[in-house]
Amino acid sequence: MTAVELVGVGKVFNPGRADQVVALTGVDLTVESGQFVSLIGPSGCGKSTLLRLVADLVPPSEGTVTVAGKPARKARLDQEYGIAFQQAGLFDWRTVQRNVELPLELRRASRSERRERAREMLDLVGLGDFARHYPPQLSGGMQQRVAIARALAVHPPLLLMDEPFGALDEMTRERLQDELLRICARTGTSTIFVTHSIPEAVYLSDRVVVMSPRPGRITDVIDIDLGSRNEATRQSADFFAGITEVRRALRGTEVAA
Amino acid sequence: MGIGGLALWELVVKAGRIAPFVLPAPSAIWEQFWLSREVIWKTGLASGTNALVGLVGGAVLGILAAMVASRFRLLGEASIPVAAALNALPIIALAPILNNMFESTSSIPRRIVVAIVVFFPVFVNTLRGLRQVDPTHRELMDSYAAGGWTFTRLVRLPGALPFVFTGLRQASSLAVIAAVVAEYFGGLQDGLGSRITSAAANTAYPRAWAFVVGACVLGLVFYIAALGLERLATPWRRP
Ligand SMILES: Nc1ncnc2c1ncn2[C@@H]1O[C@H](COP(=O)(O)OP(=O)(O)OP(=O)(O)O)[C@@H](O)[C@H]1O
Ligand SMILES: [Mg+2]
Repeated sequence: MTAVELVGVGKVFNPGRADQVVALTGVDLTVESGQFVSLIGPSGCGKSTLLRLVADLVPPSEGTVTVAGKPARKARLDQEYGIAFQQAGLFDWRTVQRNVELPLELRRASRSERRERAREMLDLVGLGDFARHYPPQLSGGMQQRVAIARALAVHPPLLLMDEPFGALDEMTRERLQDELLRICARTGTSTIFVTHSIPEAVYLSDRVVVMSPRPGRITDVIDIDLGSRNEATRQSADFFAGITEVRRALRGTEVAA
Repeated sequence: MGIGGLALWELVVKAGRIAPFVLPAPSAIWEQFWLSREVIWKTGLASGTNALVGLVGGAVLGILAAMVASRFRLLGEASIPVAAALNALPIIALAPILNNMFESTSSIPRRIVVAIVVFFPVFVNTLRGLRQVDPTHRELMDSYAAGGWTFTRLVRLPGALPFVFTGLRQASSLAVIAAVVAEYFGGLQDGLGSRITSAAANTAYPRAWAFVVGACVLGLVFYIAALGLERLATPWRRP
């Protein structure tokens, strides 16, 4: 089963106007079920746009987007994915706990189930003690972690994450990377993960998709096979080889651009 | 500083620098205030009730109108100047007309005047709040496939709440002013406004001022109540 399939996808913002932007062109990408795919590339190369196309939050200008074997729109209406944006996007008027509960609430989960699941996710991101706080009382990195907990809470079959660990310190970041891998492996979740960090992309992914700007497109897809990750993985030769390969691919985009 | 100001005021009046019929000494006003405390309480209650009924009515209308206006972009654009025109309508012009439309024993004209005055700040602020939606919130709710009403209930309304209360805070003081001033133009004479005019007409200036002080206190009570309600309803905005 393929989790996500994009065929000949292009996206033009404001077509025919002075501020027309070709955000993406000729994108073909397949994410197999249970796969972890990272998107990496310079700022403005269309990573967030690609994620939004999969999420059916913007329509493609050309090509087709298929999610879980259905058109992207149907998949969105069936709530086939969970998403964490580049901005935390928490609701100030809800406590941290109730922010995490929101997607469960909309899926009509029972009160006790909501409570339990939110608790579990908040503990996972290390914010169990902040359940009753309001988002404005939290730091940026803490808010981002709440947003991650919110995306994970429903155990979606597909997880879309836009630089979720960008605002975190290195230690928290590595811990959450391992947690994320553990969750994805346990639940068989497919993931598309946007990041600016080469080591992070290599460590997490089965495949790293390298993109380049103007116009945004995929220039390389690098397969990674690190086996099951553990502490030693971050020091392994395979890990460093992967980093070197991705870095070289990114260099290529820089020269081209 | 307040005490110093009062003392200075007392001194200046006592020294004859300001004629007592222009501005009586604070002690004279206080004396009258104490003497008339029962009447002030009774008339204050009448004016307060008018202000409260008008405030609630005007606020509910303002919020509902803002919700309707925010649903349709064009209506939203068009409604602001209409509301502004309504706001520019002077109570002075309105009160006598309304007084003639109802029986002289009716409290309704004053309450309508209050509601009209309250409508504008509540409407404008609420509309601004309803329109200001974080694009990430919009996308998030779309990703949950949330429908229009769910979105309104979970995002737009709570997001607009701080704006609604900004409007209510402004409206609370205006409501009291309107309730008092509306009585200057006839109608039922059982509130603070009627006592201010009748005392002034009898050149009982300290007494008139005593009722003005009563009106100030009433306005303050309304403002503080609105502030307290705001604190209760928007706990996430605690400093
Ligand atoms: N809603 C929009 N309207 C117009 N142009 C847009 C819109 N969203 C994105 N763009 C344009 O599309 C291009 C790609 O933007 P996108 O946000 O996908 O980049 P990104 O790779 O996520 O960058 P970053 O790493 O900085 O987040 C940019 O040139 C941007 O200006
Ligand atoms: Mg982005």
